[in-house]
Amino acid sequence: MNLEKCYLGIDVGSVSINLVFINKDHKVVDKLYVRTEGKPIPILKKAMEDISKRNDGNIKISGVGVTGSGRDLASVMVGADVVKNEITAHGVAVLTYYPDTSTVIEIGGQDSKIIIIRNGVVSDFAMNTVCAAGTGSFLDRQAARLNIPIEEFGQMALKSKSPVRIAGRCAVFAESDMVHKQQMGCPPEDIIRGLCEALVRNYLSNVGKGKEILPNIVFQGGVAANQGIRAAFEQALGYQVIVPEHYDVMGAIGVAILAQREAERKGSTSFRGIENMRQDFRARAFECNGCPNSCEIIEFIAGKTTLARWGDRCGKWAMKVEDKSQLRSLA
Amino acid sequence: MVITFPHMGTMYIPVKALFDELGINIVIPPRISKRTLEVGLKCCPEMACLPLKVTIGNYVESIKRGADTIVLSGSCGPCRFGYYGVVQKEILRDLGYDVEIVILDPPREGIKEFWERVKKITGNSPLYKGLRAINKAFKVCEETERLLKLVLQKRCREVYKGDTDRTFNRFEDKIRSVKGAQGILECIQETRKQLENIKVDNNKKPIKVGLVGEIYTIIEPYVNLNIEKRLGDMGVEVHREMSVDGWVKYHLAPDIKFRRKQKQILESSKDYLGLCIGGHAWETVAHTLNYSREGMDGIIQILPFGCMPEIVAESILPTIAKEECIPIMTLVVDELTGEAGYQTRLEAFVDLLHLERSRRENEFGKVLSWN
Repeated sequence: MNLEKCYLGIDVGSVSINLVFINKDHKVVDKLYVRTEGKPIPILKKAMEDISKRNDGNIKISGVGVTGSGRDLASVMVGADVVKNEITAHGVAVLTYYPDTSTVIEIGGQDSKIIIIRNGVVSDFAMNTVCAAGTGSFLDRQAARLNIPIEEFGQMALKSKSPVRIAGRCAVFAESDMVHKQQMGCPPEDIIRGLCEALVRNYLSNVGKGKEILPNIVFQGGVAANQGIRAAFEQALGYQVIVPEHYDVMGAIGVAILAQREAERKGSTSFRGIENMRQDFRARAFECNGCPNSCEIIEFIAGKTTLARWGDRCGKWAMKVEDKSQLRSLA
Repeated sequence: MVITFPHMGTMYIPVKALFDELGINIVIPPRISKRTLEVGLKCCPEMACLPLKVTIGNYVESIKRGADTIVLSGSCGPCRFGYYGVVQKEILRDLGYDVEIVILDPPREGIKEFWERVKKITGNSPLYKGLRAINKAFKVCEETERLLKLVLQKRCREVYKGDTDRTFNRFEDKIRSVKGAQGILECIQETRKQLENIKVDNNKKPIKVGLVGEIYTIIEPYVNLNIEKRLGDMGVEVHREMSVDGWVKYHLAPDIKFRRKQKQILESSKDYLGLCIGGHAWETVAHTLNYSREGMDGIIQILPFGCMPEIVAESILPTIAKEECIPIMTLVVDELTGEAGYQTRLEAFVDLLHLERSRRENEFGKVLSWN
């Protein structure tokens, strides 16, 4: 039986864990999008189990890359070839599918970014700093409060005839303003549309501040599923906004592409194998008493061996593990 | 009298040399840690800039170790720093600490008044002794800065990760117990030799990044979340024009050649900003321009949250980025800065610089092959 060589990209974000298999031509073979639910270790284990069962007998994992805020954790669990930050991963994915892109808008669970691309190279970027008003978590919360499934949120916004104006500078004030408009009797679709517009305004004046937003514009990340937000962006920018087919897993795709490059360069993969994912992983925290910083050290253990330590400012704990084995393959 | 002073990177080394030579007892504040910051956060106004909070922490920790006099510099400030001494005096009094604060700012009230302040520290020791001490401390200051520059060069090229930091940490542990300028100089030389022996990859052409911004923030590693180490560990060569040594040469002990060069750098930026608007905004703009012309791959500006002069500079930098075609990133730090987001931005910025460099090299290659 001929197994297709595939590369696995894992994006461990605050809200979702995305897994994606691409083949050597960068085509998506399979993808999985699950909620993190604050438990990255068991959810990632299960997701790996599920996606590999689904593709059992068809593919061979020839490289693994990880990204997202949980990238360090995921990298030691799976044995990654590449550990990359989200911004680079998203940039790589977009440039592979849409080489003519000039601007990438990415809105995820807890952060939003803008990536400016010129001449086929990432030339500038920004991330939200102090406020998460425009991100997925906030939309999630409001959808739950209005008792509307998040999947229908965007559709509903499109039905609005006269959107209300909602103060979107701050998530807390936006919420109280929404309540206020609700109590005035405004219909939910107008409120939702107003909310979408407020979030877009917030994004453009915070994350997009001082950036030159030129077409082609690609909109990705979980929130890109929301057609209301997309419409609001198109209205505010005056350009068409492209939402890629796999908008929700672009980070994972990007890092899978990087993993492919790295694995081809090395001629092998550091992937530990699905069997090794079944062992018992746990994290343990303790306080270091070496100096007044009293850093909280997180120790990550598989079975009986310590795979990694994080959290020390001075690096003495992290180094102890790294000296023993070069687990983190830094690309 | 036991003197103490605020921390700013390795400034404590020349200061220690100075007071050792004068025969004055000092308490070096403990290395800045979470505890230092917590003290500062508790007793400073929330909206004050970060350096004020950290330095108050330094004082309190030193007072608990026996210090009764605090020496700090002022700048008759066009930025909040000018009021640090006065405000901190009040804060310390509210906390119930009865200490003397001597502010050494440029003598505007006449030299006699300045001399009175200096005398508070030096007592009645003869003038020649004071000058000799200053001279020696100045030498220590220069040598310390040279050592730091060497660390920046070695860290990004080291073959075994962590060698440079281990050597430098050993030096910092040792230096506190060394007495006198001569001893300190010897210790620096010894470390220098050790650093020079570190195995490095000489074929490496590291990405070069220039650091600009508010002086305290870029010099004090605790406050900037150890940006030099973070970048160095990613294999990036960090350049930092702003230094204690430079500050002394510019303001206190005028080094004519150095001053002329700095003035030139400042004046070359007059198309963007042509005067001092407080703090180090002018330097930030001028150094950014200078770095981009010196062939840096990118520039990072760091400022403490709410720093007015740097905010003005920040708004000028995008124009320079565009006209000089150089990537610039601004990082704002305060006690609430999240480490993960900071690291992500740095990594992404370094990736960007790598891509940009390979693009340039490709283009250059094409030009060559066409010829």
